[in-house]
Amino acid sequence: MPELRYLEDVVTLEFDVEKCTGCQFCTWVCPHGVFAMDGNRAKVVDRGACMECGACQINCAFDAIHVQRGTGCAAAIIASWFNGGKVSCGPTGDADSEGACGETPKGSGCC
Amino acid sequence: MPGSKVARPRLDQPFVIGAIDTPFGEVPVIPAALTRADRVGGYKVRWGIGRYTYTVDPGLYALGAPDDRSPVLVSANYKLSFDALRRELVGRDAWILVLDTRGINVWCAAGKGTFGTDELVRRIESAELSFMVSHNIVVVPQLGAPGVNGPAVRRDTRFRVVYGPVRATDLPAFLDAGMRATPEMRRVRFTARDRAVLVPVEAVNELAIAAWVALAGVLLSGIGPGWYSLARALERAPIAVLTAFAALLAGTALAPLALPWLPGRMFSTKGAVAGALTAAAGLGIASLAGLALSPAALAAVALFMVAGASFGTMNFTGTSTYTSLHGVEKEMRVAMPLQIAGAVLATALWIAGGWF
Ligand code: SF4
Ligand code: SF4
Repeated sequence: MPELRYLEDVVTLEFDVEKCTGCQFCTWVCPHGVFAMDGNRAKVVDRGACMECGACQINCAFDAIHVQRGTGCAAAIIASWFNGGKVSCGPTGDADSEGACGETPKGSGCC
Repeated sequence: MPGSKVARPRLDQPFVIGAIDTPFGEVPVIPAALTRADRVGGYKVRWGIGRYTYTVDPGLYALGAPDDRSPVLVSANYKLSFDALRRELVGRDAWILVLDTRGINVWCAAGKGTFGTDELVRRIESAELSFMVSHNIVVVPQLGAPGVNGPAVRRDTRFRVVYGPVRATDLPAFLDAGMRATPEMRRVRFTARDRAVLVPVEAVNELAIAAWVALAGVLLSGIGPGWYSLARALERAPIAVLTAFAALLAGTALAPLALPWLPGRMFSTKGAVAGALTAAAGLGIASLAGLALSPAALAAVALFMVAGASFGTMNFTGTSTYTSLHGVEKEMRVAMPLQIAGAVLATALWIAGGWF
């Protein structure tokens, strides 16, 4: 099966190797193998695969990673034009609405 | 039970089969194996029935007969997430710590932050986890990571977050390997099976749009020489309705299923191709069946199926597992003007088809 890949050179992921302590958290949390260890520090090995989920940033205790996280969802983006809010799952973007994604990938077999 | 310090889940939930007595209240016992009722409930919810109320009480559960050395596995209070975890643990003993995600699955809830650091820390405390286990590890599903600051949990509690595999099916192997995940277990996939499961959800979500399009198509069908004719509307209506629903099917079923094999990276491109193929097949069958459409109507049908399917598939970005916000924004800037132009032109051609 051909590999599913989205657009290259669009994501906002930034990595500051100087701040990295090599704690490995980013390599554990990234669902797309964007980070790998390179000796005692992390390295971005597949930037184009990043989906801007933000898992690496929130789990990096050393502020080495920055990404404008968000939901890669056209329906959520359209909804945000009408409610003027930020792009988030759900028609209203609040925590109680699951919105357009419904069951999601996300539900089939994941924890 | 907001307010009380130790909030135990209710024992009268249908899947609870017993209770363990502790100084901090009774912990409900649940079996790993799913019952018929669990499976029927899961099936219904996939078709959108009662999705937002398919919940379990948050808090600590005992799966099997766990003791103070048994692993603690964190989950969401969406019953489908909870059950996906349960059924992989047949023959094992574990504590399940359910966070209040308001009935939303782990990944989506993590994106919103309801499956998050604060809630995890609160639940560790309110479940008296320190009393229940002698170790200091909580296994958080990897897809919960966008909401959880692992290092901060360690700072605020005596527990350390270990990220489990992406898929619950890998949990047994992960646990048996001493809580180590292989790189494969850490990768999100989007398999044919994942996509197939999502098709009904997606199709139902967009059904209303297709119905409105069909209705508009039927109304416009009557326009032609002599301004408006009900007979003409009724004669042309079936094609308009079929076109709307074929576009829906192409965009929300065919394209998602054939996703890896359709050309292009943008979902809108993949959808447009699926729409074109469906239009070619549909119009081919129609002409073999002896249905004669005017050139304008023919062009309207084909064009609408391409534009409509493109839009339908673009909405599948949110359901997929690998699109980024800034990627989708870029895609929409490119695709939406074309989709809108296509739909407007198709409408004009359909109206023109009343004459020609
Ligand atoms: S989480 Fe931060 S500090 Fe740890 S390895 Fe990754 S970039 Fe380096
Ligand atoms: S934002 Fe998500 S997908 Fe991108 S590198 Fe970080 S963890 Fe990986």
